[in-house]
Amino acid sequence: MSIFLDETTRVCVQGITGRDGSFHTRAMVEYGTAVVAGVTPGKGGQEIDGIPVFNTVREAVDATGANATIIFVPAKFAAGAAMEAVESGAKLVVVVSEGVPTLDVAKIYKRTKELGVRMIGPNCPGIISPGKSKLGIMPGFIHSQGGIGVVSRSGTLTYEVVDCLRRDGMGQSSVIGIGGDPIIGTSFIDTLEAFENDQETEAVVLIGEIGGTDEEQAAEFIKAKMTKPVVSFIAGRTAPPGKRMGHAGAIIAGGKGTAQEKMEALAAAGVPVADRPSEIPGLLKTALGR
Amino acid sequence: MKIHEYQAREILSGYGVPIPRFEVVDDSRDARRVAEKIGSMVVVKAQVHVGGRGKAGGVKLAQTPREAEAHASAILGMDIKGLTVERVMVADAVDIDREYYAGIVVDRATKRPVYMVSAAGGVDIEEVAATTPERIHKHPVDPEDGLSEADAQELAGKLDARPHVARDIAVVVEKLYEAFIGSDASLAEINPLVVTPDEQVWAVDAKINIDDNALFRHPDIEAMRDPSSETDELRRAREMGLSYIKLEGDVGCIVNGAGLAMTTMDVIKYYGGEPANFLDIGGSSSPEKMQTAIDIITGDPNVKSILLNIFGGITRCDDVARGLVAALEEQPVGLPLVVRLTGTNAEEAGRILAEHEMESAETMDEAVEKAVELARRQA
Repeated sequence: MSIFLDETTRVCVQGITGRDGSFHTRAMVEYGTAVVAGVTPGKGGQEIDGIPVFNTVREAVDATGANATIIFVPAKFAAGAAMEAVESGAKLVVVVSEGVPTLDVAKIYKRTKELGVRMIGPNCPGIISPGKSKLGIMPGFIHSQGGIGVVSRSGTLTYEVVDCLRRDGMGQSSVIGIGGDPIIGTSFIDTLEAFENDQETEAVVLIGEIGGTDEEQAAEFIKAKMTKPVVSFIAGRTAPPGKRMGHAGAIIAGGKGTAQEKMEALAAAGVPVADRPSEIPGLLKTALGR
Repeated sequence: MKIHEYQAREILSGYGVPIPRFEVVDDSRDARRVAEKIGSMVVVKAQVHVGGRGKAGGVKLAQTPREAEAHASAILGMDIKGLTVERVMVADAVDIDREYYAGIVVDRATKRPVYMVSAAGGVDIEEVAATTPERIHKHPVDPEDGLSEADAQELAGKLDARPHVARDIAVVVEKLYEAFIGSDASLAEINPLVVTPDEQVWAVDAKINIDDNALFRHPDIEAMRDPSSETDELRRAREMGLSYIKLEGDVGCIVNGAGLAMTTMDVIKYYGGEPANFLDIGGSSSPEKMQTAIDIITGDPNVKSILLNIFGGITRCDDVARGLVAALEEQPVGLPLVVRLTGTNAEEAGRILAEHEMESAETMDEAVEKAVELARRQA
């Protein structure tokens, strides 16, 4: 088992003929992902590495049975591409694109709820279920199959944590980057719930950062609903207030969204909080009684 | 992006929100001229991108044009929280009977715009929220359907019980929402929304923040960007696609990815150092980006050592190493540098760094410890 993504997932790549899209399509195929279709408006009928290209996502879904799609189109067109994806019949939509207008995301989010579609992102590295499938831009080789679920608002910080797990020989069930924007399709809670219900997952690493109150809500959920151990790390304890730290959502506003508040909320929910990423494997071993 | 109050007034005015007459000037004599034209009591307000202008002495009432000139003269050039006042707004000071608050933010929890109104206007709304949250009425707005007339009337009714005044407020409530959506704001607020003794409704102070992600479709708003609100380094960083924030410490850091960049700062602090900055070079690390990043960091006189922390995913570490070597041959940094490159092609990168006798480290902890120690030795 794993969450949201496994070897049966049939993937469509939106923006497959672009620079990023074609590069990551190859990397995903090499990893073993079943990429069955690509979409670039106006380029329907072509093939990229033997993968058929369609003009619309609906056509791709109808012709190939794709049930997931990943979006690599430039920010200006990403909202349109995401709405098209959500309405295409695919049930999993990963939006890698960064810079999607927030009010557009609000509309797309509403539509995902109406249609029962899971959207991951925008502005995220995607999801990988090691040994099964990779639907994202993360380097596959640092991952290995195992019992740790990882959920994060970040990209390279997630790789850093996975690399720490690798050095300690701890494999992962699924690793998901939910994205750094203020409005995102999949929250910490959605992911924690899925990990709780996933047989392969033994423990979860939650990687948060300053801004918003997603971590605080996650802490409440963990306290009330989770039986599996969760350990965490929060980035940005040295971040100054009022400044946007790279991610659109990473800002301490009106004294809210500090690392301190999040760490306290998690600690109060019984979740150990690492001071550094390299402490995470040790915390996991303790939590799992190894 | 933050815009000035006068720019927010211009936007709201364009949507039909009633705004007292105003002009923006950068010379105190012009302030007098504007006050003469308005012909009644005016308010002179500093136009800088910070809150708390009133407390800092940047907002003054003037009974006469001569007084307006004197206030403008005092406020222009004033330093408010590190920003120099280059322009003041001179506006008609309407008589105030009641002060309300109306604002909209994108709410992360409900993933919708949320309308907030309060009869406790004219003061810091965050303080109202903290001390008497029951005095703020919140109304989530469906992002697709928008704000209905009935919603606007209901919100206005929370502010003023007089039906004809509430009707006028409802119009402002609707137009503020139109402006919020139309300009892709992340925040739009009127505080205070004033009712005069003769029951006229005016938006006396306005604030709008724009969603950076949507600026591409608002060239008119992008043109409002105030070059003086941004230091040279910030502008260079932004134009090169780097996220840079200057801090007070002495360990400069260059990192790929926002989360890892924040974590690097935190780990510097953990090892007893102080980060000099936040700098995220983003997904692709071209040699130009790297060069600009190094230039910006070395331009900060506080910096005593530099830490380069790159986790290569798509970015290949050997490419970064080659780019770095080329950049340093072009222009040596003259400061101790610690390089940590891990991920894709890290071994090859390590070989290149060793060839050029550069200080490298395998893990983030090791790299940070070294950089902190080198900064300490330089101090």
